[in-house]
Amino acid sequence: MTPINKITQGNAPHKQADRKSTAGDQLLKINDLHVWFEMRKWGFRHAGFVRAVDGVTFNLRNNETIAIVGESGCGKTSLMRTILLLNRPTKGEVSFEGAAINNLKANDLKNYRSHVGYVQQDPYGAMPPFMNIQNILEEPLKINGVKDATERFNRVKKALEEVKMSPAEEFMAKFPHQLSGGQQQRVVIARAMIMEPQLLIADEPVSMLDASVRVEILKLLRGLQNKHNLGVIYITHDLSTVRYFSEQIFVMYAGQVVERGNVKQMLQNTKHPYTFALLEATSDPDANNAIIQKEVPPGEPPSLVNPPAGCRFHPRCPHVIQSLCEVEEPPEFEPEAGHRVKCWLLK
Amino acid sequence: MAENNYLLDIQDLKLHFRTTKGTVQAVDGVNFQLKPNQAVVVVGESGCGKTSLAKAVLRLLPRNVEQYSGKVYLDDIETMALEDEDYRKRIRWVKMSLVPQAAMNSLNPVLRVGDQVAEPMMVHYGVKKEEAMQQAIKMFQHVGVPVDFINRYAFELSGGMRQRVALAMSLVTAPALVMLDEPTSALDVLTQANIFNLLKRIKSEMATSFVLITHDIATSSELADRVAVMYAGQIVEVSDAFHFFKEPRHPYSAKLMASVPKLRGTAEPDFITGQPPSLINPPTGCRFAARCPRRFAKCADEPPTVIIGEDLVKCWLYV
Repeated sequence: MTPINKITQGNAPHKQADRKSTAGDQLLKINDLHVWFEMRKWGFRHAGFVRAVDGVTFNLRNNETIAIVGESGCGKTSLMRTILLLNRPTKGEVSFEGAAINNLKANDLKNYRSHVGYVQQDPYGAMPPFMNIQNILEEPLKINGVKDATERFNRVKKALEEVKMSPAEEFMAKFPHQLSGGQQQRVVIARAMIMEPQLLIADEPVSMLDASVRVEILKLLRGLQNKHNLGVIYITHDLSTVRYFSEQIFVMYAGQVVERGNVKQMLQNTKHPYTFALLEATSDPDANNAIIQKEVPPGEPPSLVNPPAGCRFHPRCPHVIQSLCEVEEPPEFEPEAGHRVKCWLLK
Repeated sequence: MAENNYLLDIQDLKLHFRTTKGTVQAVDGVNFQLKPNQAVVVVGESGCGKTSLAKAVLRLLPRNVEQYSGKVYLDDIETMALEDEDYRKRIRWVKMSLVPQAAMNSLNPVLRVGDQVAEPMMVHYGVKKEEAMQQAIKMFQHVGVPVDFINRYAFELSGGMRQRVALAMSLVTAPALVMLDEPTSALDVLTQANIFNLLKRIKSEMATSFVLITHDIATSSELADRVAVMYAGQIVEVSDAFHFFKEPRHPYSAKLMASVPKLRGTAEPDFITGQPPSLINPPTGCRFAARCPRRFAKCADEPPTVIIGEDLVKCWLYV
């Protein structure tokens, strides 16, 4: 594998050799990222933009997990697709190990993608039903030029053993439909890990699984992360799992990060009304839940074509400040170190 | 079963399917009771027969049924004895309706949602279209869908609104019992909380009873008066919600509860090792024995159903 920074004009000093040893290093840096999709009328006339991601900034270090939480349509998936370079950023900068990746092409792009693993939401939908597990896991190796069949076989075997699917030979001959949901998700994780990436993007990896195996899969991901010093972006809408599997939580609403901080700050010292609402709506098993009505903000997330002026949450917010929230966009306040909140209440 | 005042009383219900690999015992001897205006939650892992149970109660059967037996009393009517046509006229949608899994995607894309909500009234009560539409408008207000949505098509509504429409459809004929199969599993947390608020309101305002089928234990507590735990085609525990969420009785229920990630509190979640058995040749004796941390010699025999107060548990530990 060529180190990514060698081929991208080499403006970063790291080398492949010292990558693993430099824990806490910058792995992925995103600065004021905007992803807008153009809408067209009659196929050619400009008709506005869908502002899927509107000004997101973060740093991800090795061996760190960032959980991105938000409802559907808040831009989580667009953000993830941009990091995978399936979309191109409209504005702003994405850099991986110090090298900008905005405009990677052809072989550089292929090489970059081999450094990034991707765990899909629906494991069955993510695997071709006509290929057996061995072929599925070999595919990334073939694409990235591993020509020796024995080496491929050994790496597939190792990857399967790493996700605790043994005896590996037995599973290799099977097809996706012969596996249970949890096993399918393990294969998807093995596929994401087979190129030994530094960054893993997990898009709701457990939302399609049974409660009894969810925790198992999250613990498996955690173990792989510690072993390989991975940076992980964990995308989810389920706040009850983030506590076990992340260092930082980012809450997204309508294309923007409205609150971010470490897990403790976010869960015990919640500041943004939207984060409050999400926490309030998440149930813990308790029979008293059946008696009380929950407080849920009215309405639905806004359209990303014409987001509301000022704070994007103000039409649904119970604490709206008249003639401020609906006029001016709140800046990021920092009530405590590392905890940033985009809300006028902290003024 | 008038003397017990049960709305729904299921006794030894069995539903087996014929497949090329053998008989799938999807529902295998299920017993449970439901009182009027109660909500019972059926929880279990995927493939344990929850959906088949709903289909068996509502008699929505596929073609490969091998065995369909047992007794289902609904409001003192022995529904298993009714002819299909009779069943359709007297039970389905009149007394009992279903919100199917992924209901929001099962709306007809070429019909206006108002017409779809009105249709059960016209089919089952034979009322005129205008009258049915009046009822549909009332239902829309009830479930919190703006009335001017009545002329829209399903694709013009958001997921939460479509789920509400599906709910309105199941409630329009004012049935005594509504079965909900995973009503919120595809929805966002806020929408999910909204739908459960709505279900709670309907339960108190319209005195409807619910059977809620789900694998999500945390959200199931939002509606549950009673909890039934299903494992490998059988009900292993039926308990009062207040008891169940504090101390589940069956070892499987306890493991299932321990696997739920919690937002509050400090307990580390655990997972259940192994997999549920195949329903084609389920193990003899207790079906959970292979995964059970508390198994002992007796578990090789089929456990009896032990009655504790109003609750049931199918486990040798309680004999």
